[in-house]
Amino acid sequence: MNNLIATTAIKARQLTDEEIHEIEHEKTHYPYTQAVGLEALKIVQKYQGWVSDESLLAVSEYLNISPDELEGVATFFNMIFRRPVGKNVILLCDSVACWMLGCDSLKAHFTKTLGIDYGETTEDDLFTLIPVPCLGDCDKAPVMMIGRETYRNLTTDKIDEIIAEYRSKN
Amino acid sequence: MDKPLTKNIEEGRAPFNFKQYEAAGGYDSVRKVVTMAPNDVVTLVKDAGLGGRGGAGFNTGLKWSFVPAPDGGPRYLVINGDEMEPGTFKDRLLMENDPHLLVEGMITTCFALQSSCGYIFLRGEYTVAEERLLAAIAEAYENGMLGKNILGSGFDLDIYLHTSAGRYICGEETALINALEGKRANPRAKPPFPQVSGLWGRPTVVNNVETICNIPGIVANGVDWYQGLGLGEFVGTRISGVSGRVNNPGCWEVPVGITFRQLLEDYAGGMQDGYELKAFLPGGGSTDFLMPEHLDLVMDPGAVQKAGSRLGTSLIMVLDDKTCPVGCIRNLIKFFAHESCGWCTPCRDGLPWTEQMLDKLEEGTGSLKDIEILKEMTGYMGIGNTFCALAPGAMEPLQSGLKYFIDEFEAHVDHGCGYSK
Repeated sequence: MNNLIATTAIKARQLTDEEIHEIEHEKTHYPYTQAVGLEALKIVQKYQGWVSDESLLAVSEYLNISPDELEGVATFFNMIFRRPVGKNVILLCDSVACWMLGCDSLKAHFTKTLGIDYGETTEDDLFTLIPVPCLGDCDKAPVMMIGRETYRNLTTDKIDEIIAEYRSKN
Repeated sequence: MDKPLTKNIEEGRAPFNFKQYEAAGGYDSVRKVVTMAPNDVVTLVKDAGLGGRGGAGFNTGLKWSFVPAPDGGPRYLVINGDEMEPGTFKDRLLMENDPHLLVEGMITTCFALQSSCGYIFLRGEYTVAEERLLAAIAEAYENGMLGKNILGSGFDLDIYLHTSAGRYICGEETALINALEGKRANPRAKPPFPQVSGLWGRPTVVNNVETICNIPGIVANGVDWYQGLGLGEFVGTRISGVSGRVNNPGCWEVPVGITFRQLLEDYAGGMQDGYELKAFLPGGGSTDFLMPEHLDLVMDPGAVQKAGSRLGTSLIMVLDDKTCPVGCIRNLIKFFAHESCGWCTPCRDGLPWTEQMLDKLEEGTGSLKDIEILKEMTGYMGIGNTFCALAPGAMEPLQSGLKYFIDEFEAHVDHGCGYSK
């Protein structure tokens, strides 16, 4: 965040073949390449975990969008990470229905068991904890996502099981 | 009772594929619409009286009728699937469980609008909806419902899925258009309205997911059938729901015309044991609180407006007697402060300031003066003082909270929040 990349010596990295292939596919959906900017950032993030300055410049050069304009888009959206994150990003919903049903105590539980606050990553790089605005699953509150998976009707016990599952997978 | 929006939805079962969907009467509206004149379709939808389901409730056919006559250039249909209004979870149900219904609705709508390109603007977090919509779109191409010369009619249509990356403001239609163009999602000035100058400066209709899911039924079965779905003078069905401490939270397709009490008691099973209804938000986080005495109101935009609120998305959130109303409002304001796009000053600076005063009240360091300023804020960020409707929407639960729960606000001054967390 707030990287003054235009004034530094940071250089664009090479996009991978996979990234280029997916970006080219997205380009067929829009008449103008600027529209592909956000999709391209998401593609890069899917492979790299986050959007580094080098990645941002690479997308900027590839799509011919100015770095400032692309940075404006990257920093606007909640789900584009401009700082490194852990292997699994926990998105804990903290909006009204989840708040009424106890998301604050779930957050406290995460902080206790993982030792991280919002915006932080565990030392083993396995988990990053981030609050997310209303996930649109309010009848099953409290809810969270890890990566692309959604977990519903959460309790502290359930969270312990889910964390253990991810730990055993990694 | 006919349930045109959810007839194919069964809990625990995978959504219908193309064949199953077609066998259940799916894509009939496309077969019918290609034999009609586009303007007749617009008139049909206008006459049906379908109101937009995104929250504003504007007549859908009337909205379409503002699109100018074709000039040979592109014109777009954009589906707003960026569901992010706090407490709202209805479009998720439709997109995850019957994706072909939305695709069919888009084809029929694009024919009416004489548009050959449609986008679905989907919330990035809706990963299941993303996978299922992509599968449905691919199947529709394979079966000749999308692409060139659909059903031999000469009508061409391409549909693309755009997944966003999480910002509430993208639900505002002009901000959504900016986001789809690859820009920061700041709202645009209106006029010009998107119907005249929208996506890439071309005529564009932005409709909510549920709105478009109503189109196949209306076109296939006609105005009388659609109007007969509602109770009494009310027309159609809609997805309504309840969250909070009720026995059976969820959302259901209900006839338009039922009351809040019917939804709360007959569908949601009433309040959980040990909890009483203190107030409720009738249709998302940006609507004014209503009180138990309003439960017998019909869930109709006009009736709710007379009671000083808005029906909004018609997914109600109950505030129970064990939950602090000041804390609830603080949570809502925190959401809106976080999601402000920062474009105009009252919203960018006013919402965080409001949040800080509510924080102070909750912590017991607030003053009566803070409560006075909170009241002033509801005017500063009211309609007409901001660039779009985000901040005015945020003020709705606050202004009604200050009206109904002023004693509780004042009690917070000396003692902070007395509710157990």
